Amino acid sequence: MYAFDFEQPKTIAEAVAALADDEAQPLSGGQTLIPTLKQRLAMPSKLVSLTAIPEMKGVCMNGNTLCIGGATPHAVVAAEASAYPALAALASNIGDPAVRNRGTIGGSIANNDPAACYPSAALASGATIVTNSREIAADDYFQGLFQTALEEGEIVTEVRFPVPQAANYQKFVQPASRFALVGVFVAKYADGVRVAVTGASNDGVFRWTEAEAALSANFSPSALDGLSVSADGMIGDLHGTPEYRAHLIGVMTKRAVAAAS
Amino acid sequence: MAKVTMTVNGRKVSGEVPGNRLLVEFLREDQRLTGTHVGCDTSQCGACVVHVNGKAVKSCTMMASEADGADITTIEGMAEADGTMHPIQQAFQDNHGLQCGFCTPGMVMSAAALLKDNPNPTEADVRHYLEGNICRCTGYHNIVKAILAAAGQDVSKIAAE
Repeated sequence: MYAFDFEQPKTIAEAVAALADDEAQPLSGGQTLIPTLKQRLAMPSKLVSLTAIPEMKGVCMNGNTLCIGGATPHAVVAAEASAYPALAALASNIGDPAVRNRGTIGGSIANNDPAACYPSAALASGATIVTNSREIAADDYFQGLFQTALEEGEIVTEVRFPVPQAANYQKFVQPASRFALVGVFVAKYADGVRVAVTGASNDGVFRWTEAEAALSANFSPSALDGLSVSADGMIGDLHGTPEYRAHLIGVMTKRAVAAAS
Repeated sequence: MAKVTMTVNGRKVSGEVPGNRLLVEFLREDQRLTGTHVGCDTSQCGACVVHVNGKAVKSCTMMASEADGADITTIEGMAEADGTMHPIQQAFQDNHGLQCGFCTPGMVMSAAALLKDNPNPTEADVRHYLEGNICRCTGYHNIVKAILAAAGQDVSKIAAE
């Protein structure tokens, strides 16, 4: 591994100060970033670890909102987010057990991998992404492939999920990586249903608004009959064509609705 | 350089490490605990799994500095001091759960983490839990069988393959 400096602040304020350096990069659980560094796809001269900051860890309820600290590992969400079972189930199927013990929700949301699980939960739940300086609605936060509303040096300190009446996440697993070939998160709230799709699009996570309208009127798998997603802009690779992924979106959405209702 | 101190297999150890030192490098090269293996070095194969504060972690994908103050168990910490193997290790031997043995340290450490959380797993539970541990010679059948045997289950009806 190439040489870099390593800092491990104990508070958010210290982390933000350490990240003011242009060459600094935040490191959360490291399950994506450390392999990336080894391949020299990124070569920051300073890493600022976010995993020793107590105020960024833990799961709690505030009214009907589930709050998860940015540096909370997936395994902790799986074990402690029982107030939002679909989210706990999603966390329990990310990667493998050892990855879940290190990888964090803030790291996943900040990286915004187009096949990551958490972005679909955040978008379908209308979550609020809390950073060291502001609160960002999920609809404004995810901005395309590995792109988010985060500014340089800004870190995700907490993610707040309004708990839905019913929800489910269905992941069609890419068998080698365990990422989603297509993943669909469906969440039903009093004011309507939201459907977010990960793994499928060249633009990263997105809402399937046609399905949302149909499901808001009739929350059952049959409400999706006749609806389809265009293959334009879908990812095509050796694991699946754009047409295959587009078709899977419909299938996984139906399964999610059937499991949630 | 930063000073790190951790408890490894019950023994307090410390060392000066540069910022880019991985936990697996600290264990293998500084502590000479070479039982923990590096297979893929990209957090996929699981040969480097150790326990950090009781949790299974891929030690090739964690910085040594992040383990400062932690309690670490490696494969060297599994057997008794007199050399008596841990029940999981013994089950791997009894059930031919290894061939070349390269993946075995990670398999044993993952199995120990599984059985701690779920002392009586089904075959499906074991296979699901081992998603992050890759073996390239025996296949998984006898590894799964060994873990079920270590959990105290009767595996005599499971055919050897």
